[in-house]
This record gives sequence, structure tokens and C-alpha cells, in this order.
Amino acid sequence: MMRIRSLLGALILGASLSLFPGAGRAAGPSVAIPDTRFSFDGLFGTFDRASLQRGFQVYSEVCAACHGLRLLSYRNLLEIGLSEEQVRNIAAQVQVKDGPNDDGEMFERPARLADRFRSPFPNEQAGRAANNGAYPPDLSVITKARANGADYVKAMLVGYQDPPAGMTMGDGMNYNAYFPGFQIAMPNVLNPGQVEFADRTEATVEQMAKDVVSFLAWAAEPELEQRRQMGVRIMLFLIVLAGLTYAVKRKVWADVKH
Amino acid sequence: MAIGLHDSEFKNPVIRWVDQRLPVFTMMQKEYGTFPTPRNFNYFWNFGALAMVNLMIMIATGIFLSMHYTAHTSYAFDSVERIMRDVNFGWLIRYVHMNGASMFFIVVMIHIWRGLYYGSYKAPRELLWILGVIIYLLMMATAFMGYVLPWGQMSFWGATVITNLFSAIPLVGEHIVVWLWGGFSVDNPTLNRFFSLHYLLPFVIVGVVFLHVAALHITGSNNPLGIDPKGPQDTLPFHPYYTAKDSFGLVVYFIVFAFLVFFMPNYLGHADNYIPANPLVTPAHIVPEWYFLPFYAVLRAVPDKLGGVLLMFGAIAVLFILPWLDTSKVRSMRFRPLAKWFLILWGLNFFVLMWAGAMPAEGIYVTISRLATAYYFAYFLVILPVLGRLERPLKLPESIAMPVLRGGGPVLAGAAAKPMEKA
Repeated sequence: MMRIRSLLGALILGASLSLFPGAGRAAGPSVAIPDTRFSFDGLFGTFDRASLQRGFQVYSEVCAACHGLRLLSYRNLLEIGLSEEQVRNIAAQVQVKDGPNDDGEMFERPARLADRFRSPFPNEQAGRAANNGAYPPDLSVITKARANGADYVKAMLVGYQDPPAGMTMGDGMNYNAYFPGFQIAMPNVLNPGQVEFADRTEATVEQMAKDVVSFLAWAAEPELEQRRQMGVRIMLFLIVLAGLTYAVKRKVWADVKH
Repeated sequence: MAIGLHDSEFKNPVIRWVDQRLPVFTMMQKEYGTFPTPRNFNYFWNFGALAMVNLMIMIATGIFLSMHYTAHTSYAFDSVERIMRDVNFGWLIRYVHMNGASMFFIVVMIHIWRGLYYGSYKAPRELLWILGVIIYLLMMATAFMGYVLPWGQMSFWGATVITNLFSAIPLVGEHIVVWLWGGFSVDNPTLNRFFSLHYLLPFVIVGVVFLHVAALHITGSNNPLGIDPKGPQDTLPFHPYYTAKDSFGLVVYFIVFAFLVFFMPNYLGHADNYIPANPLVTPAHIVPEWYFLPFYAVLRAVPDKLGGVLLMFGAIAVLFILPWLDTSKVRSMRFRPLAKWFLILWGLNFFVLMWAGAMPAEGIYVTISRLATAYYFAYFLVILPVLGRLERPLKLPESIAMPVLRGGGPVLAGAAAKPMEKA
């Protein structure tokens, strides 16, 4: 199994890499993004539910003040291992706009499982007005929307440093070693002990960043585990089928000199 | 043809009844059953069938995607993500469609390479070849418009760059661009018409594929030796020999396809296309999908806009006249000791162009693009016409069957192993 897997992986990867040098990524000056070991790395990785739950906590206590997750519904949180009661409570703490009611009025009510995550700002202008002109992007697919996805977001979150001597920073900008251009409007938001994890994991910056990025990776690709599981079954089936069809081909051609 | 019931050879009464009135079974038997096919195909000859299957997969997945997709600038991006999250197996359908486009181009490019190497474009298959080039063009148009539909950053900016190319046309260029857009920028009318055309063109492709196959069944297939079958000893019935061989190839193709879909679905795409389109923010590098990169490199190799556009379209146009540019009567490169290496160099050069197309258009990359572009055209316009007259081809085997049935005579074995010795 291991051998077939690595052999096949190497073969196809090698073939595709040699076929498409640089496909899918823009060239240009870039900083090497350090590789973080995530549980969902590689071809067969899965999400670590405990990490996703901690990550959700970081998102809701820190990121959610500015960043939306508008493509997710509260019911999706059932998939990271929270109970239905927990998710109902999480949703109920958020007020969403509904209506119009029978009087023609819009009204607010506590969110339900079926509601989408409420975004922190009603529109982009409101987001910019509250953030010194910068718009905090929605994070629903952020790990798919950046080269090096999860590794980049994680590096960026822990990449805040003092600007090197001689570098003039824009008004209200922060130096980040991994953000393109090194100047980012978002301030450093992760400080040691920023959140208090329910499972008593120590809330180091590294830990919080890794957990929240795991959560965001799940938010961007909630189908990842199902996809890989199905992929393994389909690949095994196809490999057996390839053997069978090759045997049939050999048998059919056995009487032909060629 | 005589009027009246068709003289069916089928015994089953139901099939016979239908076949007498509409001889589709006789036709299938003739074209895909007993159809005499050269006995010496190698696996390169799988790719036509693979392309056909790929087209069917694209149409099937596309129809299901369109049931959930919303062609509006405000909803397109979210509707695609809704397919990924809330439609049952929507992620699978979309990833198959998305990677299916890449697989389609891989398969068709290998199919075209097969034609170039074994001289399948030469008489009497010129029209067959031209129909194939038309399919390739239609595929590129369809893929380009399909890439716009998710309305991500690359969708929007790719559409902007490519449609703007037409503004290079003197006098009417600007008007054509406005006409293409349906407005004064890439916007909702553009998205709507692209969706409409993206649904239409695949069926046009089906039509041209039908003509392509019809023409193939008139001339019959070429083969690795590039010589015509001289009798029944040179051919095999399509079924079961090539149905069996194609089946194996098809499963191998599915393995590669499935690996992409299930384990690296976004590898061939660009991350920026998961950022919703924003007309106010231009991406740092606007890069087309990988299968357009060689032509993108040709476009950017020319400092003049109109010149670049003409040369880019010329890169495809030259394929139309290829049957008349190649002056050699020998089809298969196996027997053309010099042309063979020029063609292999052309193939490598194609990858160089692909790589250069992904690089920024500056410095050394421009120089490389120019050299590679020059060779791309030189092969067709200079090397093939001249070489056909100068080159001494190797001796062709008398028939397809001869080298096989006479115990692998020296002709074929020698030609394949040491092509230069006999020149």
C-alpha cells in the first residue's frame, strides 16, 4: 500500500510537475514561506477536530471582530465536532436581520443553525471606515485564495516584527515579514494568552495561529476529508480495473503478432 | 441507394426491426465493429478516444453545474462556492469539470503531437487535420469563457486582458471590444453572454468532432509507420482489438484524472481566482490557465500590441496550412532522421514557451520568449518546407504486416533503433 501510494504519487506528481513548470503561480519576488506541519498536510491528512475547535474559538474571539466568514452556515460547525446544543447556543448569541414581517418591518432575531455567519460589517465601506481605510477580507476561502494557502496565512499571523532600520512605514501600517510588500494594515492581534482554551492547551502565539489556520483551512475546504477518502477508494478501484483491462487486452491480442 | 428496408444482417428480431428501418446497428458494426484498423497502433492512438470521453464528461458535469450556477456578477462567485458546499457532491462535479478542462487539453495536445510526429496531417488527411485544429480553437474559446464564470480575480482580469486584445485591430478594434463586452467594461452583460456561449460551444464541438470522425472513417487511420494498409493482413477489426486497447488506456487516463480531482484539485488553478472579482484591484501578475501559456508567451514576445495579437493567432493559423508546408511525402518521423529531431526540439520548445508564459514579461524572459517564438514558427515556415526537399528519408517498409510477420525484419528494427546510420 505504502509503496504503491508513494510510487503512484511520485509518478503522477513528477509527470505533472515536469509538464507544468510554474503553472498556477505567479512569478515575482517572494519570501520563502516556512512550512508548518498541519494534520491535513499531504495526500492523506485529516483535520484535527480539537485543533479546529480551538481555532474556531480564536476566530470568534479575535478575528471575527473584523473578518467575516460569510460562506459558512452555523450548522457547518457540527462538522468540527461541536454538539448541536453547543452550535445552537453559538448561533443564538448572534443577532441576524430577518424580515419583512407581517407589518412590513425588518427585524433582528437570534441566528439559527441554517443562518449564514454574520459578517462584522454591513458593507465594504463600513469595513474601511472602521479600519483606517483598509478592508478586512472575508476569510471563507482564504487558504485557497493565497499561494501556499495555510502555510502562508500561518506565517503571516506570526510574522509581525519591528521594521528594519531605514524602512519608512505608511501611516497606520505594520511590518510583516511574510506579507507581500511587508506593510500590512492589520495589526498584530495574537499575543500570548490572548484566548483561554477550554481544553487547557497553552495559548502561545504559535498554537493559536496554527489552530485558527486549521479552522480556516477547514472552512475553505470542508469537503477535504470526504474527498480524500473517496479518492483512495476510487484510485484503488481504478488500479485493479487497469490490471483487469490490461489482462483483457493481452488476451484479446494474444493471437496477433505485433 | 435503393429505396426500401435495409437488408439487415442482425438476427435479434427487435434489433433487426429497428435496423431495417434505421440501420444504426449496421453503421455501428461497420464503423466501430469490423472497421479495418492498422494493426500496428501504439498507445498514442488512444488519445482520440480519450478526447471523446473527456468531451462527454465535460458536457455531463457542465449540465449539472449550470443547474446550480448563477450568471450574475453579484452571485456568480457565491453560487460556485454554494455548489462546493451545499450541493450534494457539488465539489466533485465542479472539481471534475475544472480539472477535466486541463485533462482535455493534455489529451488533445498529445493527440496533436501524435499527428505531428506520425504525419497524420498529410494527404489524404488534410481536411481531417483542419477539422481537428478547428476543434482545438473552439476548445480554447470555450475554456477561456468557462474560466470567466466563477468570477474570481483571474476570471475578471483574464477576460479583460484577452478581450482587450481585439482593440489592437485598426479602426474598428475599440468598437469590437465594446461589442464583445456588451458595455464599456467587462461586466454583467459580458458574464451573461460568456455563460451562454460556454454552454453553446461544446455542442458545436460535438458537431465538428462528428465531422472529424466521419472524415477519419473515409481515409482510415494513419499508423506509426505512416504507410497505407495494403490489404487485410495489415489491419485488424476495431472491435475487439482496439476497443480492448482503448479500454486499458481509458482506465490509465482515469487514474491520472482521479488523482488530480481527489488529491490536488486546485494545483493547476490560480489562487487569485478564489478572490471575488474586483475591478478596482489588479492582481500583481495576470496569468492565464496553463494551457494558454505558450500562446501568451508568443503574444508578449512582440513589443507591438497588434503584432503580438497577430502572431498569437498566427501560432494556431499556421497549423491550418501545415499539410501544405511540409513538402516531404514521408509521413512518419521514424523514417525522417533529420526532421524527427527538429520536431522533438519543437516539442521541447513548446514547453519553454509554456514556462516563459508564466514568467513576468521582463528581462531575460522576454528574450527567451522571442527565441522560442522564432523557433515555433521557423519549424513550420522554414524547416519543414526546406527539409522535405533536402532530407533523404530512410527506406520505408513494404507493408505494415511485413516487418512483423517475417520475424521483425531489419527495416523496422534498424529504423527505430539507429535512425542516423542509413541516412
